[in-house]
Amino acid sequence: MASVCFYFQVHQPYRLRNYTIFDTTSDYFDEEKNAQICCKVAKKCYLPANRLMLKLIDRYDGQFRISYSITGILLEQFKEYAPEVLETFQELAQTGCVEFMAETYHHSLCSLYSQEEFIEQIRLHVENIQDYFGQRPRIFRNTELVYSNDLAKFIEQTGMFEGMLAEGADHILGWKSPNYVYRPVSCKKLKLLVKNYRLSDDIAFRFSNRAWNQWPLHADKFAAWVNSVNGNGYVVNLFMDYETFGEHQWEDTGIFEFIRQFPGEILKHPDNDFKTPSEVIASYSPVGQIDVPYTISWADIERDLSAWCGNPMQQDALTKLYQLEQQVKSTKQSDILRDWRRLQCSDHFYYMCTKWFADGDVHKYFNPYDSPYDCYINFMNALNNLKFRCRKVLSRRNVQPVSIPLQSIKNNSSKIMVNT
Amino acid sequence: MLGWEFPPCISGGLGTACYHLTKAMAKRGINITFVLPTVISNASPNHVNLVSSEGKILTEYMPEFENISFQKIHSPLRPYLDFSARGSQKKKFREMRTWSSNASKEHDIYGWNIHEMVGRYANKVRKLATLQDFDVIHAHDWMTFPAGFAVKVDSGKPLIVHVHSTEFDRSGIHVNKMVYDVERMGMHEADKVIAVSNYTKNIIVKHYGVPAEKVEVVYNGIEMTEDKNNNLILPEKNERIVLFLGRVTMQKGPEYFIAAAKKVLEKIDNVKFIMAGSGDMMYRMIEMAASMGIGDKVLFTKFLHGADVDKAYTMADLYVLPSVSEPFGITPLEALKHNVPVLISKQSGISEVLRHALKVDFWDVDQMANKIIAVLENAPLRTSLRENGHKEALKLRWQDAASRIEQIYGQMLVKV
Repeated sequence: MASVCFYFQVHQPYRLRNYTIFDTTSDYFDEEKNAQICCKVAKKCYLPANRLMLKLIDRYDGQFRISYSITGILLEQFKEYAPEVLETFQELAQTGCVEFMAETYHHSLCSLYSQEEFIEQIRLHVENIQDYFGQRPRIFRNTELVYSNDLAKFIEQTGMFEGMLAEGADHILGWKSPNYVYRPVSCKKLKLLVKNYRLSDDIAFRFSNRAWNQWPLHADKFAAWVNSVNGNGYVVNLFMDYETFGEHQWEDTGIFEFIRQFPGEILKHPDNDFKTPSEVIASYSPVGQIDVPYTISWADIERDLSAWCGNPMQQDALTKLYQLEQQVKSTKQSDILRDWRRLQCSDHFYYMCTKWFADGDVHKYFNPYDSPYDCYINFMNALNNLKFRCRKVLSRRNVQPVSIPLQSIKNNSSKIMVNT
Repeated sequence: MLGWEFPPCISGGLGTACYHLTKAMAKRGINITFVLPTVISNASPNHVNLVSSEGKILTEYMPEFENISFQKIHSPLRPYLDFSARGSQKKKFREMRTWSSNASKEHDIYGWNIHEMVGRYANKVRKLATLQDFDVIHAHDWMTFPAGFAVKVDSGKPLIVHVHSTEFDRSGIHVNKMVYDVERMGMHEADKVIAVSNYTKNIIVKHYGVPAEKVEVVYNGIEMTEDKNNNLILPEKNERIVLFLGRVTMQKGPEYFIAAAKKVLEKIDNVKFIMAGSGDMMYRMIEMAASMGIGDKVLFTKFLHGADVDKAYTMADLYVLPSVSEPFGITPLEALKHNVPVLISKQSGISEVLRHALKVDFWDVDQMANKIIAVLENAPLRTSLRENGHKEALKLRWQDAASRIEQIYGQMLVKV
């Protein structure tokens, strides 16, 4: 019995505009560019993909089931720039075959820096999902599938969720297969689904690569691979970026055709079906424990945090950003809070990565900057302005910043934040 | 090989490039006869075998230059003075006339009678060549092109012209037509053109009508010596220093440096700007700084020699190359060698090679100031640029340039 569990990540950041030290206004973000990109991706990916999914759900009469996680900041952008996309997502919600999961509203790494902020962003996101889609998320996936034992324990203690998602990286699975449900070693009730990265990346990355020995990938070939899981596992977790459909893999690669035929090919085998993450967790018991003592993610080859905090510039930017939490919240100004949160988006730090800069690859391709240094400079200028705004408000009121015990989720590889 | 600058008698990057190229090529076993015009000074390079038209002059022997013999020709060719001239269209090395030009003095950068000198040099080289045995003629920059062409005509050997700079870099839109014509002639008559960057190659293709396949790009490099000066103990400084090091002339964009300095000083205080070099715009720059009210924050050192150059780099927190048009740009590499982060003009050859450097359009004074402030105020940025840039600079080696040139020689000889 192999259940195919699709999960699509849907996200766009608020990109910063060119912001120099001489700029004094508080509009840090490039509204025009963000609108343009949102509309472009809507046209190439979100709309055609959603429409296709709706058709397939209809055609297979409820047997084709999928799940999404859409960030709060993208929902805002849809509302502002592409409301028709939001409508198609709502239609999908109404089919009853689509599950929406929870994450941090601002696609941030706050789980590593501030417990309080982490909870707030999760709550915000859950509320939004309920408002838009009439669903209460039961499954949590952290930004960029950042995960650790401590994180799992923390999530379990909130009592809000029944399951979590994580990357099925070789160095944590060891000999274990990603095709089962697991229990985090730090938890008693929470269940864990891990990504089958080989099969997921076959679709998300290798699909159009002519040098790949499995190119071209057709739905029947893939279905055969899924079938071979039978007896070796219960679930095939296919987690990927939704932009795979039309953006990362352009339409002319045949990616839409692949998905169009996919449900039919899978369902040919009577032991197969599609399940959403909640359904997987309800159907299968954990077969063992997964121990992740240090933080992992789904990014880059290392599957760790180095994509966002690997170099001194990134660490400096993140530290200075989260050091502002007290001041920002003390101002009680919604625009300052909103801007501070938008600066938390992990993409900003991703663009500052120098790891592959000399060789140029994935990081560079999606990078709106010529160089990670330019991004850092931009970010720090904006952050400085935000700091200045806070100080202005607080000094006017003569208010002492409220003392919030800054307590990060304890973790071996993340820094414990100290108030200054 | 024909050139007109060689250390210690240098005024720009050309001499440095020739020195390192010949050294690296000699290591590969290439035998080079390097013909220099006599520079009227007493300082003769004391590390090579010199042969003049009069006979042998024995001097101290340096093994790296084993395969190179240096020939001086008595011809008072001096680069970079105020001047302009005109010659005839054909056979430039024979029929030269001189007159004073109508073009503004600011755009004239050569000594008077330049074309007569170029012609005399060409004649002498031609005579010298009949006494030499060689396979390839390699001419560096326009002053040697007529000589190179003459030798090619006589000997039938292949000619390679090496373009380290063009009139467009030096003079902007006020191109000296005669120099342009000589450059163009050389590029067309040569069998191969070597450019020091794609930036220069594009100028050659676009403005000189040379087909792209004829132009090869060979980047300059940096010599990675065991730097004794790394342990330089300097007086403690409590101010940050931003360095400009180069000729103070239009091509190098000094006025943009000063303008950016003004903007930086509006925001932060604890910083000084050093303009190290001399040139036709120097007094203008001093006046500019004074009139902007930053005269006390901008220091002028004039031309620096030897160890002073190292000191300047070591003291700097940031090196700026604001060049209007820079064919390559060795100085940022020198700065990185001294662990100084660099901010370079996008209108330069080096910017196509370096990734770990801040880049800016030379005219964008706001961005220049923005990036200067960012580097001075943010230690992680400084460290990242410094460390990554240093590693990157080390990868540009003269031996790679030499090996590439050897390859090109090989191609030329196969054809013949």
